[in-house]
Amino acid sequence: MRTTIILKTASNYLLPVLLVFSIFILLRGHYLPGGGFVGGLIASIAFILHSFANGLNKTKELLIMHPGFLLPLGLAISFLSGLAPVALFDLPFMTGLWSHDPIAILGSVGSALFFDIGVYLVVNGVTLTIIFTISESA
Amino acid sequence: MLTAILTGFLFSIFLVFVGRFFKGKLSILASLVPLGLFIYFTQFIAPVTNGEVIMRNFEWIPSFGVDLGFKLDGLSLLFSLMITGIGFLVFAYTSSYLKGHEYLDRFYGYLASFMGAMLGLVLADNMITLFVFWELTSISSFFLIGFNNTNPASRKSAMTALGITGIGGLFLLAGALLINNITGTYSISEMLTMSEAIRGNEFYFLMVIFIFGAAFTKSAQFPFHFWLPGAMKAPTPVSTYLHSATMVKAGVYLLMRFTPVLGGENIWNYTLIAVGGFTMLYSAVHTIFRTDLKGILAYSTISALGILVFLTGLGTKEAFLAAAVFIIVHALYKATLFLVTGIIDHQTHTRDVKRLAGLNKIMLPVGIAGILAAISSAGIPPTIGFVGKELTYESALHYESLAIFLMIGIVLTKIFLLYAGFVAGIKPFVGKLPEEHENVKMPGFLMWGPPLLLASLGVLFGVAPFIIESALIKPVVTAMGADASEIHLALWHGFNIVFILSLITIGVGTAMYFMIKPSKKLENGIARLDFISPENILEQFNKIFVSVSNFWTNFFQNGYLRNYISIIILFLVVLVGYIMINETRFTIDYNSLSKITVYEITTTLILIAGIFYTVFTDSRLAAVAAMGVVGLSICLIFVFYSAPDLAMTQFSIDTLTVILFVLVLYKLPKYLKLSDYKTRVRDGILSTIFGLIVTTLALEVLSEPVSKEVGEFYAANSYIEAHGKNVVNVILVDFRGADTLIEISVLSIAAVGVFGLMKLRLKMKDRRRYADRSLNEENLKK
Repeated sequence: MRTTIILKTASNYLLPVLLVFSIFILLRGHYLPGGGFVGGLIASIAFILHSFANGLNKTKELLIMHPGFLLPLGLAISFLSGLAPVALFDLPFMTGLWSHDPIAILGSVGSALFFDIGVYLVVNGVTLTIIFTISESA
Repeated sequence: MLTAILTGFLFSIFLVFVGRFFKGKLSILASLVPLGLFIYFTQFIAPVTNGEVIMRNFEWIPSFGVDLGFKLDGLSLLFSLMITGIGFLVFAYTSSYLKGHEYLDRFYGYLASFMGAMLGLVLADNMITLFVFWELTSISSFFLIGFNNTNPASRKSAMTALGITGIGGLFLLAGALLINNITGTYSISEMLTMSEAIRGNEFYFLMVIFIFGAAFTKSAQFPFHFWLPGAMKAPTPVSTYLHSATMVKAGVYLLMRFTPVLGGENIWNYTLIAVGGFTMLYSAVHTIFRTDLKGILAYSTISALGILVFLTGLGTKEAFLAAAVFIIVHALYKATLFLVTGIIDHQTHTRDVKRLAGLNKIMLPVGIAGILAAISSAGIPPTIGFVGKELTYESALHYESLAIFLMIGIVLTKIFLLYAGFVAGIKPFVGKLPEEHENVKMPGFLMWGPPLLLASLGVLFGVAPFIIESALIKPVVTAMGADASEIHLALWHGFNIVFILSLITIGVGTAMYFMIKPSKKLENGIARLDFISPENILEQFNKIFVSVSNFWTNFFQNGYLRNYISIIILFLVVLVGYIMINETRFTIDYNSLSKITVYEITTTLILIAGIFYTVFTDSRLAAVAAMGVVGLSICLIFVFYSAPDLAMTQFSIDTLTVILFVLVLYKLPKYLKLSDYKTRVRDGILSTIFGLIVTTLALEVLSEPVSKEVGEFYAANSYIEAHGKNVVNVILVDFRGADTLIEISVLSIAAVGVFGLMKLRLKMKDRRRYADRSLNEENLKK
């Protein structure tokens, strides 16, 4: 695929910016519009943009691992965040746990945040896996 | 007790890791497992004789009343001892029978897990526990029948057996749920106290049907009997263990267990008498048409099961006593005959009874075992078989009505069974040894020891029936709900009408043995009637079922995505449309609608333009881009109505969808004329109607009084309970978090699916490429 130099240069700067933005969306989700699902989609769009500009192989090198590995990782994080209250405090599955004192920047942290991080990773992994696989075979 | 049941399963798991050590000389050690369990269960003989009932309960899902409840009474103990005792002999026998088999460890694994499942079945007191173990026996039976998995006939028989007994298991589950619905418990001991209420219930008929469905399929009663002869494809130790001594008796066990709960009504008794009576006579007659030893034994086993069902149906104390004795009689002689058949098959490589004779000269101990078993099966004194037959005749003779017909039925059955026993146990061993078997060798002790032991026990119990009387027989009769205190087993019952009938049976049966020789002609004769056999009818039904479902699937799921969508939409239109025509008031409450702004009008116009462009353009790429426009317009509408979360997600999804489409476009032809004019008109009409229906629905919903309870709950509690201000997100990650967890799992599966499909295609392409290359190289060589 032939790409313009402008897109190529821009994508190198856009990738980190978009990733930071996606994490921002992920974190603010509990109070304002956003969340793991949208965050994951934005992150995957960032990588896809990079792959359009620089070629799929470059993006894969950047990722080191195959995006498919994000699936079990994300699922595990989400599941464990639900399991934590059962294992630690003998509460029902998926009871929300919250830290007493708010942490700087993040605000108050709870098991729901980890759940959302899992969702973020899974959505990112699913989208990238599907799109990378299809574009490889195209 | 739980440990005892789990031992079998644990042993088979253990074999997964160290199985290779159990393939050689050490394989005999596997028999220590059932032997240990047998010894464990013998310690319960004393308490059970004294009338104790041992209960163990482990909570499983207490909120549903589902527990791992176990109960050891006379009935359970008799079966447990049979399962472990015969199990021990079969395990030992197998180590010699399948010596050096590549998958001997696997075989032991299946056998051990079957033993565990069967023990669980007969010890279970909770109906759900019973159901679980019931199905486990079906599954292990499936693996054992299909053990020779390279043989298509074996695989087919295994499927048939699993199908029939599996359906029976579902009946059992249905019965359990229904009874639970009425009594509020799954515990069989608790049901015993509610027998009156259960029998008086309006659904009593249905409960009986369900329990019968389970019992008749498992115990191979007509018309479900045909899976059992098919199951003879399994190695002989399996036929001995599962398909004659233990598993097939599970159905009888179920009937016996439920006799005190459901029994006593006419429908229970008469159905059992009719089905059991017909089955016993039908399959006893069938034995004279068979020449395969295992075929003969299979039909005589079905007949024996019929007798047991018949006796349970009679419902008198005498009949229960006869049934209890006959279970032991049958287990002893039939297991012997199967093991003997296995030896003959193993040494001479044939089971064709026409070609077998005079083997006594080579394997005398085996011959003695066979002949003793045949005598016990014939009911000739001094074997336990004689005691059993006398009791059976007595209970039929003393039945309140139609005794004469029952008598004729049972005597005829016994005559044919005597014939079958003689053909299987005596014929191969007497007479002149054919030339083809002159070089046959004597088998090892491990093979002839078990059958000889079982056959000798049959004689021992006959001479001294008091050994089993109070320990095994009386507690069984008690467990079936009858008073057992006055029972007294004896070999000699006096010279009476029953004794005369016995003499007639033995005389006629022996005469038949000398007059009718098993022949191919008889076998072919019965084969001509196969087209009306239940097996054939079921097979025809299966074929029709497969072709109808094939047609059905191809019609609705022909692989074209566009058809799927049309069908789904059509279905919705019909369903929703039908209800709307009847229910809709077609009044629009204009006050509830908000004012239309210029932004909305503009967006809607863009939207409509996008739709038209998508439908009418000739270029795929343009269509995709126009679809993007439609999506983004919807996004804007979300924004206008303050749903930023939705808008953000829709926006990202739309972007990705367009990218996906563009990627796929590479693979598709450029030109867009897939559908002709007619299809387009059809689809246009369908989608217009669908759009109209959805619009009407939305307007209709608005004019209904809205219940805002759910929304208010979330809005009120989202910060208090979940520390979040964004209600949408709080619902996703907290209130309905489990849903989200399942959803991301589904997404992951979808991704794995796409990956698998695409990569598989790549591989196929590669494979074809390699195949072409090697073909070219070969051509070059030439």
